[in-house]
Amino acid sequence: MSTLRALFANPWRKHRFLAAYTWLYIVWALVPVVIAVGFSFNAGRSRSVWQGFSLEWWTGNPDLAVFNDPVLTSAIRQSLILAIATMAIATPIGVALALGLARWRGRGSGTSNFLMLLPLVTPEIVLATGIFFTLVFLYPVPNPGTLGQVVGHVTWSIPYVVVVLRGRIFGVGPELEEAAMDLGAPPLEALRRALLPVLAPAIFAAFTIVFALSIDDFVTSQFLSTDLATQTVPMLIYSSGRTAPNPALNATATLMLVISLAAIGAGLGGMRVLARRQGLQAESSDIANIRL
Amino acid sequence: MARGRASSEENSLTRLYPRGFWTWASTPGVLWLILLFVVPFYAIVSMAGGSLDPATGSAIPNWNPAYWDRASFQYVFEQLASPDGVYRVVFLRTLRYVFTAVVLCVILGYPVAYYVSRLRGRMRGVVLALLVLPFWISYLMRMLAWVGLLNEEGLVNRVLTGLGFLENPYPWLEGKSVTVILGLVYGYVPFFILPLFAALDRLQQDYLEAAWDLGASSFSTFLRVTLPLSKNGILAGVAIIMLPMFGDFYTAYLLSNGRSSTAMIGNSIQSLLFETTFGYAQARGAALVTVLALFVSILTLYYIVSTARSTREAARA
Repeated sequence: MSTLRALFANPWRKHRFLAAYTWLYIVWALVPVVIAVGFSFNAGRSRSVWQGFSLEWWTGNPDLAVFNDPVLTSAIRQSLILAIATMAIATPIGVALALGLARWRGRGSGTSNFLMLLPLVTPEIVLATGIFFTLVFLYPVPNPGTLGQVVGHVTWSIPYVVVVLRGRIFGVGPELEEAAMDLGAPPLEALRRALLPVLAPAIFAAFTIVFALSIDDFVTSQFLSTDLATQTVPMLIYSSGRTAPNPALNATATLMLVISLAAIGAGLGGMRVLARRQGLQAESSDIANIRL
Repeated sequence: MARGRASSEENSLTRLYPRGFWTWASTPGVLWLILLFVVPFYAIVSMAGGSLDPATGSAIPNWNPAYWDRASFQYVFEQLASPDGVYRVVFLRTLRYVFTAVVLCVILGYPVAYYVSRLRGRMRGVVLALLVLPFWISYLMRMLAWVGLLNEEGLVNRVLTGLGFLENPYPWLEGKSVTVILGLVYGYVPFFILPLFAALDRLQQDYLEAAWDLGASSFSTFLRVTLPLSKNGILAGVAIIMLPMFGDFYTAYLLSNGRSSTAMIGNSIQSLLFETTFGYAQARGAALVTVLALFVSILTLYYIVSTARSTREAARA
């Protein structure tokens, strides 16, 4: 009783209460996912009642296991195709835009800066609806499918690339490029050989973030999907209410989780290596804070 | 000082590169955003003002504002305004869910962000990594996890009946508001904690020590120093979770088997747009999206104005 009173009189004194609270929060935030991963190894059909360990839903079942069910493999493939294509398109456009917006002073630069930030405060459902109508009615793309989904993901990702890059660009002075040009490099060469290496860790972070954004995306993929072939893993989970789900769905989700965590791990590792080569401090916080 | 450096840098960079170089670098991105962000907004309004194509019986967009058909907007506004309108019920429910979920996120998330911002040493990195982890797990996967737990025979029901809190399993997934609200909290609270953590982390220890030196208790230091100084962090966190929550339709759908008793405004939009193209359905969907976008942009504007104001106040003080 007296400890309880002490707690309320001064709950912030020793942080002990807060420490317990924070750990409880972390358990609550992560344990359900761990349990869902666990159920992918369930021997029975249930995703709620444990019936023993097996690899039935990973490899065992000839029709329904992750690697045997064409619906599941197709969804995994589609998610990966979208993530890789989005990464390849959004990152270069975003890097160029970040450099341009940071250094272009003149008519239209303010508006462009503002325009770039708008998608960040637009609910995804609004943007996805707009792109859906635009592709169906305005641009001559009768059956957008994968192309539409990539276009949607790229639009959604560009501002994130710019925000990640911007922090780094403002920290770089003109000295490197000046030196390169004094040594006779033409502007593009100076940009490529003096500036881009310094930005490499941030560019790497941008690649990673775009990959993660795209692979976890649901609304845009769903609104711009045209048929079963363009179904992604998050869409598969969404439609599980209508199909009879079995632990293979958990296995599919787990596989995607492993892929995206591996990609992020590789991204963080790559960033560190690149940063160390530059003699810069690795900014792993970039990658953590940016999805805001 | 930062400004001085920026401007000298700017001069030398303009000198170094050919005229218009940086404008050209921005062009692909700006063009992309015009064609696939600005134009789509116009497409939504044009579709909301669309009229029926006599050949197919479906609505098609009117690109010329002079021909905008007001039927869909009229319908949506009637259904929003009349006391038993379909969208009024859904919109009020959405407001209730989002408001409750945001308040719960603040109450639940604040202590966590506060604790981690005060943490030092090795543990800090570990705890931060664990807090960031949900960001990288697909939202739908996290909801799927709860579907498994909240089933008839799921772990939650078995624990609650086992402990005697419930006599029979509770139908959590059969259209219960409490499930959807808790689902929203679970889904979005990590996105609230991180910006708040960033704000609390910037808070200087000196302020707190000054308050203690002046005789304030820890609790009143918190109330009168920490809390006011973290106001912008709270606002940022709230803005970040509130915007997507208003457009959310997957949480309600997954956690209540698609029942209409817990449908949010996003569910109405989704079904108008994709259940049928016949008649005004898609045009009404577009009108509802327009209303949602306007509503959300008012909230965003409020956020920008109030953040600017409290930043100004902090600068003055």
